[in-house]
Amino acid sequence: MECWDTIADYALRSLGYGERLLPRSDFTLCQQVTLIGSGMIWNVYFGLVALLSGFFLATAVAVGKAARSAWIRKPSEWFIFIFRGSPLFIQFFFAYFAFLSLRSQFEVFDPFTSAWLGAAIVLFFNTAAYSGEIFYGALQSIPKGDMEAADAYGLSGLHRFRRITWPTMLRLAWPAYTNEAIFLFHATTLVFFSGFPARQQKGDALYYASYFADKTFNPFVPYPILALYFIAVTLMIIAAMGLINARLNRHLPQAQRRGIRLRPGALLAR
Amino acid sequence: MKTLTLTTAALALAATGALAQDTIRMGTEGAYPPYNFLNDAGEVDGFEIELGNELCARAELDCEWVTNEWDSIIPNLVSGNYDTIMAGMSITDERDEVIDFTQDYYPPTESAYVGASEDADWETGVVAAQAATIQAAHVAEGDAALIEFATPEETVAAVRNGEADAVFADYDYLRPIVEASGGELSFVGEPVPLGGGIGMGLRESDTELQETFNAAIDSMKEDGTLNEMLVKWFGEEIGQY
Amino acid sequence: MFSFCTDPAALDGLAWLSCYLTTGKHMAFYGAFGTVLLLLAITAPLALAFGFAGASAARGPAPVSWLGKGYIAIVRGVPDIAFFLFFVIALDQMFEWVRHEVKCPGWDQPIYQGNDFIVCPEAKLPLSTAPQWVHEGYGFFLAVLTFAIVFGAFAANVLYGAMRAVPRAQIETAEAYGLSQGQTFWRILVPQMWVYALPGLSNLWMVLIKATPLLFLLGVEDIVYWARELGGTKTPQFTDYPHGDWRMWYFLALLVFYLIFTRVSELVLDRIMARLTLGQATAAGERQRKAAAA
Repeated sequence: MECWDTIADYALRSLGYGERLLPRSDFTLCQQVTLIGSGMIWNVYFGLVALLSGFFLATAVAVGKAARSAWIRKPSEWFIFIFRGSPLFIQFFFAYFAFLSLRSQFEVFDPFTSAWLGAAIVLFFNTAAYSGEIFYGALQSIPKGDMEAADAYGLSGLHRFRRITWPTMLRLAWPAYTNEAIFLFHATTLVFFSGFPARQQKGDALYYASYFADKTFNPFVPYPILALYFIAVTLMIIAAMGLINARLNRHLPQAQRRGIRLRPGALLAR
Repeated sequence: MKTLTLTTAALALAATGALAQDTIRMGTEGAYPPYNFLNDAGEVDGFEIELGNELCARAELDCEWVTNEWDSIIPNLVSGNYDTIMAGMSITDERDEVIDFTQDYYPPTESAYVGASEDADWETGVVAAQAATIQAAHVAEGDAALIEFATPEETVAAVRNGEADAVFADYDYLRPIVEASGGELSFVGEPVPLGGGIGMGLRESDTELQETFNAAIDSMKEDGTLNEMLVKWFGEEIGQY
Repeated sequence: MFSFCTDPAALDGLAWLSCYLTTGKHMAFYGAFGTVLLLLAITAPLALAFGFAGASAARGPAPVSWLGKGYIAIVRGVPDIAFFLFFVIALDQMFEWVRHEVKCPGWDQPIYQGNDFIVCPEAKLPLSTAPQWVHEGYGFFLAVLTFAIVFGAFAANVLYGAMRAVPRAQIETAEAYGLSQGQTFWRILVPQMWVYALPGLSNLWMVLIKATPLLFLLGVEDIVYWARELGGTKTPQFTDYPHGDWRMWYFLALLVFYLIFTRVSELVLDRIMARLTLGQATAAGERQRKAAAA
């Protein structure tokens, strides 16, 4: 079948494999679905890298914001304020410029103006700030009784944090964190839209969608395809985060386990 | 609510009375000097603006300029948000399938490479071009690695800051930039003839308007005013009619 | 603007800067901040209205609730930028098509001729004879509507959650007093849901603020559009004020604007929250009561 050839040619085009030239005329639906899907590789890459690495920084920032010492608290607060208080669009733009000027000074920064590294760093900081705020909120609402129980068992310091504080924090924060993960994946569409340029026509899903919108002069096909891909990704995130949530709450009796209910206050986005 | 209905009714009445002298809305990008740009006062200015106004005067049309992002400039035309495009748009077969063009008001020109030094690698290096242009398509087909930006401005900036070895764009867009750069930028390689000149884009169904503007362009070509305008904006070396 | 600005090339330092910063183009840039604020001021209540309708629909009987829930799920599942890229043209064509059907019943040509979308002249929006400000106003209206539809879904999600958070006992009591379903909804549920909805709505307001840089996608000449235009390198041939690549500084100004704006919003919303929780049966309300007593 013809479509299989298209898939073979273009499924990995966003990474630079397969057919070098993008389709130029006689655009088929198959081409659009394949290439936009190929671009999704980048969206998933940015989302996963930022989410996994951001998770750790977020924990650190949350603990930092809850710290008593102003030397630790203030920087954490400012970090969260700057990344949550400004649009990601402008953060991308700035990061690109900052990396450009660093690059002219130091050779080490050469790869930073490429999206795969530069944009991933911005998203990493950005999601760390948003999740940090969520985790901070959760830290504040850990039941007093849990901590008292830990004290009674003689747990203290890092040990108490690892065994009691951190798991409880995650449990409380999980629904909001799920939301953050969804929005982070959505935000990856901004990568090639502000600041970071696409090289050799290797771009994300939105890049290919706008390529087709431009070539076919018809935005009503590629953008809905893009939308469907993202709905699929969103559903997958909800499923994966639900599994983790079940694991986090596995010690609770069945009746008390909460599924992820996205609570009204839990909405967080950029 | 009532006042709202009344105003719409009033507008509708006014409209039927004024149909004979419709305003032609002229779409442009406003970011491509000397073709079209925003001057210090924030108004559209440039070769195409002066030309467009003259064409409208000759065709006895009432014209109004509208700016639109390059990316969506054609979809907005076919959707009827404005009636013409004068935005340094080269006449190509691909575009011609979707919209119509008048005859060219700017002769087929060359696109050129500009690098940060004389020996910039425009053949196999990294070459910047504005996304969704004939230049971007040309680079994508060659051996160079294409790097795309949304605005022409950014493509030149990429060469200045070392992101790209060269930029590939219309010769006449690059020339004033190279001249003003004080030796920082220079033309490299051979110019490449691309596209069939620049024409005014119109909806395929607007054949009457197309004829009107074609006639106006003819008259300007005949009496030499178009050549004068070309020289005024692009200098003596520009190709003339 | 100033009298000494006639020959900018001869000026330097502050004098040059004061002339440069008061060009017509810069005035348009400053005006664009007003555009953004105006858009926010109109969009917020409109999105809330869409949200309220969506949330009410989602609570309703089966076919209606599918509509409400579908609206929430689809818009939330898709990046807002994807909507911004084709919604404006879609909405515009939809309005013109409806007007076309109403105003020109006798029109015999197809609306889609190849790629062209053609309605009768009377159905054009705005009419091609309308002055430029009407066109700009209409573009602005489409942008507001797009924003409101997208963020309305988020608001619907928040309000839907808030409606469910109102204690069940309150509703049961209302029913016991013989209030009808409509009365229970309007007199008991709606007044009480706001306190549960406010954290989510505050958050949404912040999200809305931070989405405004995408306005230029909707064809509105917003602050990002002007910052890009003004910041770009200017060659002497086309301007009295040539300069290098200053986009960095213009975007820095935008960054500061957004940081201040979100910070002020945060402070104001905190105050509203404190007002609203006063006397409410929530944890925060309880804390306030204790603090006042102590």
